[in-house]
Amino acid sequence: MHGTAAKESNWIRFSGGRSRARVTFALLVIALALSSLSFFLGPADLTPYELVSGLFTGHGAAGVIAREIRLPRAVLALFVGAALGASGAALQGLFRNPLAEPGVTGVTSSAGLGAVIALYFGLATISAAALPACAVAGALVSAGILYLLSRAGAGVMALVLAGVAIASLATALTALALSLAPNPYAMSEMVLWMMGSLKDRTISDLVFAVPLTVVGIALLVSAARGLDALTLGEEAAHSLGIDVGSVRRRVVFGVALATGAATAAAGAVSFVGLVVPHLLRPFYGYEPARLILPSAFGGAALIALADIIVRFADPSEQLRLGVFTALLGAPFFLWLILRLRRDA
Amino acid sequence: MNALSFANVSAAYGARRILSGVTATIRSGAVTAIVGPNGAGKTTLFRTALGVLPSDGVISILDHDLASWSREALARTVAYLPQGADAHWPINAQRLVALGRLPHRKPFAPPSAADEAAVTDALARCEASEFADRAIDELSSGERARVLLARALATSAPILMADEPAAHLDPAHQLSLMRLLKDEARRGTAVLVTLHDLALASRYCDEILVLEKGTVAAQGAPDQALDDATLARVFGIRALRVREGEGSAVLAWTPL
Repeated sequence: MHGTAAKESNWIRFSGGRSRARVTFALLVIALALSSLSFFLGPADLTPYELVSGLFTGHGAAGVIAREIRLPRAVLALFVGAALGASGAALQGLFRNPLAEPGVTGVTSSAGLGAVIALYFGLATISAAALPACAVAGALVSAGILYLLSRAGAGVMALVLAGVAIASLATALTALALSLAPNPYAMSEMVLWMMGSLKDRTISDLVFAVPLTVVGIALLVSAARGLDALTLGEEAAHSLGIDVGSVRRRVVFGVALATGAATAAAGAVSFVGLVVPHLLRPFYGYEPARLILPSAFGGAALIALADIIVRFADPSEQLRLGVFTALLGAPFFLWLILRLRRDA
Repeated sequence: MNALSFANVSAAYGARRILSGVTATIRSGAVTAIVGPNGAGKTTLFRTALGVLPSDGVISILDHDLASWSREALARTVAYLPQGADAHWPINAQRLVALGRLPHRKPFAPPSAADEAAVTDALARCEASEFADRAIDELSSGERARVLLARALATSAPILMADEPAAHLDPAHQLSLMRLLKDEARRGTAVLVTLHDLALASRYCDEILVLEKGTVAAQGAPDQALDDATLARVFGIRALRVREGEGSAVLAWTPL
């Protein structure tokens, strides 16, 4: 969407491949550092030494806290953030629009609907795989609808509006599931879960979230070259030897796997995929391929940081992670729209 | 060797038939213009040659059936500049032109010296070197058109197809475009362009293919293909001509 996206600032140019690699490495280090910090911080009064030895030995209260509480939370923050950041960058590349993002396009709420269905019908108690599977399926349906619309030639605005419609539908169906919930506790459980949080996650959450996220991001990275070519439009991309259909499928499946896994593990966390690629463009420029992996690392860092902030803002964690990212992300989204309007 | 040949090629969008039995050959080392009224099937002919649109009949590229080409080999052989081409992200001109090298690059490999040389050369030939570092959305539509053409040239393909490349250019740049295409043909490339400007087609192209309602109305040297009878029948116009060399070129036109 030439003309509407923000101008590339001048100081990008001196950053060649090597300095981009340096920024990417720095993002990874920051993400890992924040995740480690998250591991060491918490209500239990334990020294870093106690936590590390607890992590390795598993002995005593420190062992339980390190292994069962702190580690899943710290690691999950990385993978949830990476999934959402990379998904945002890839969706923006596919739709050639800086406003595309799993939350905005309804993918997150559809994944949430899938997860609520798994909870509501008790599928989640039958198999631990049911919750992530239903979330991925929900994400796949919405990403697939957007894909079909874009194939049918829907413009960027139509796609964004379709995302709004999909999100509303998913939210309505989720509300229906909630009001039909068998008991009030189930309802409150689902509502809290949908607000997005990394609280009280276990190793079993990692078992699904990690591989699904890794496969999802790998699919997105494999589509990167095609996303660059799509900068020139679909026919030109085709003439450059790109299988445009395959690029679309990889992005749709990759986003569904990654966002589905993230949503199953952490509930609805929006706007990460919008904010992170935007913040990174000054360093990487506009080619979608360059942004996917850095957005994964940036997303990981952002969620790790956000999860630390929500714990410290309110130790009882009434401020949910998903609520916090929406409180920051939604105004950012509005600001971005205004800026794009002005540049157009 | 024919660069590109169409034998009895037909194509349709759903039930709407666009091309019916097109037979034509395109030479290497020449600029061939495809002309015809709106809806005659000019763009559709390109799309069939790219394999974007399935077609009946036989399309050969460098004497090999289109179906026998791998996607990658075809991308290195046929460069294509779509009609109204544009860039969807405001990347700088040089990096945009570098996208034309994708068919030569392995996935995740950085550009080679040959890639960089091709990009620099393409920018220079399109008189776009001076804004190589500027973002594409900061350029005028004429400058942008030249950058997008450079992107197609950078592929260094033996066949170049450009759909309406003259559309956004001012008169002086239209002439430099035609000189550039002639120069490209002199290097051995088969250059195939659609043009609405019959004066440009008749003065600067070696060969003209006239399409009318999805069929070939005429093909040959500009003098023959754009003779009075064809212009009257296909376009409903009468040409005002100017003597050029041994023949004459269309200068302007009036209603019949």
